[in-house]
Amino acid sequence: MTDQFQGIEPMVYKSKINVPYSWWAGDTASKFYLTLRDEKKITATKCVACNKVFLPPRKVCPSCFTENTQWVNVSDEGTLITFTIARRQFAAIPSDRKVPVIWGLIKLDGADTAMLHYLDEIKPESVTIGMRVKAVFSEGRKGNIRDISHFKPVSRV
Amino acid sequence: MDRAAIIGVGTTKIEKSKVGETFADMAWEAVNKALSDAGMTIDDIDNVVTTSSDFWDGRTISCMAVGDASGAAHKNVSCVEGDGTYGAFYGMTRSLSGSYKTTLVTGHSKGSQSVSSLITNSSFDPIYERALGMDMVTACAMQARSYMHRTKTTPEQLAGVSVKNHGNALKNPLAQLPMKITIKDVLESEMIADPLHKLDCSPVSDGCAAVIIAHESVAANFKQKPVWIKGVSFCADSFFFGDRDLSRAKALTEAAKKAYEMAGIKDPKKEIDVVELYDAFTYQELMWLEEMGLADDAMAGKLLEKGEFNMDGRLPVNASGGLLSGHPVIAAGLYSMAAVVRQIRGDAGGFQVKKAKTGLVHGVNGLGGQSHCVFILDKDK
Ligand SMILES: [Zn+2]
Repeated sequence: MTDQFQGIEPMVYKSKINVPYSWWAGDTASKFYLTLRDEKKITATKCVACNKVFLPPRKVCPSCFTENTQWVNVSDEGTLITFTIARRQFAAIPSDRKVPVIWGLIKLDGADTAMLHYLDEIKPESVTIGMRVKAVFSEGRKGNIRDISHFKPVSRV
Repeated sequence: MDRAAIIGVGTTKIEKSKVGETFADMAWEAVNKALSDAGMTIDDIDNVVTTSSDFWDGRTISCMAVGDASGAAHKNVSCVEGDGTYGAFYGMTRSLSGSYKTTLVTGHSKGSQSVSSLITNSSFDPIYERALGMDMVTACAMQARSYMHRTKTTPEQLAGVSVKNHGNALKNPLAQLPMKITIKDVLESEMIADPLHKLDCSPVSDGCAAVIIAHESVAANFKQKPVWIKGVSFCADSFFFGDRDLSRAKALTEAAKKAYEMAGIKDPKKEIDVVELYDAFTYQELMWLEEMGLADDAMAGKLLEKGEFNMDGRLPVNASGGLLSGHPVIAAGLYSMAAVVRQIRGDAGGFQVKKAKTGLVHGVNGLGGQSHCVFILDKDK
């Protein structure tokens, strides 16, 4: 607002925010990840009042504010609801994934909500909304979301 | 119910990088502009609400770093994390509470100081989603795809939003990216995340905005003609992306409906004269217009092509240039509010629209518009 700083070189303090952090997964996500890791099964919680199955599983029904008391197995196959293809190597993309990276919102058979994950083993230009996809599980599963490696197109037999 | 009015606004120029200014320096400028606009001194301000995000600011209790420069010393100061419209909502309730008559609301952010992709990736659920590496751009690209699929809106129509808003910014000296561009320019710009090109996306920006909200009993005591808050509402949808129909914004429809009701608006298409909404990406302008009932379902793209949302059209939308022409996250909604206030007062300068008695301001919180805030402002009480 004043010109007393004319000609002063702006100084920049370069640093980073870097704080180790552990998120306790809680018993709902823990059960989901244990089943995924040990049995290669995808499980979800169900609200008995709404008769809806939620994936990712959570303890409370977002529709009716009651506790989801049941667990159900859902299919490893489902329908692609929407997707995007990153063409730029955004900073948030894990180092083992190179562009083009495709993410999809996938509604697995037996679930009422969709989950986010990668699509792979498909050319970007071949991805379409409504296509059928199937989970590919990772080797050496560690109990996290990447125990599913990605989803691939269901091959027509 | 008691009424509240906006009696002063102040905004810094939106810039790619305000390397010469700290957060507090930006706040100092915006607050002084708002006070001068209102014809007030800091002693006339009863309490202060600052709006910021700790992750974007790179520190905790980020609000506390701007208090001194906002004149909050020895006053009641509190903080809202989210878009500036949410700060204004809270500020309004304080002015209506009976405890305070005047509230200064600020919002600031600097996109230039961090890495947007990493900051917005941190808004995903850490246990189920974050490790997949999505961010605001890829999340919204997914929503754009979903909206285009349902409504058959075309990439050319999306590009038209960018052409219009960057063009409008040529008339706004505070905008960061005034540009005369064509639909071809947008479609030929880098494809960042299908279906969004670089020119479908808002830029990284720095800026701070301030508004002063007064109780009706004191609203006329100062220099400015009050702009009245006639209706306001905000509403949130489910957090998880896959719980929502991404091609829709149920929370916005609900928020707009409640704000219209409160303002006594029966036919928003006819009664609203000017709109500033959250166009972080081109598709959002069209989608939000439809979800607020300001365009028929799946028709906003066609209406845009007809010029209805131009500065001289039936319903001018983002005449200031919108966020596509400068997007200081958090401060954004207060910039939109300041623009509509100026329209209604008739002092929007180069981007003044012809008729501006009733205006709508829209702000967003969360990935892909999880939550929406709608204000209806009016010249008359
Ligand atoms: Zn339920």
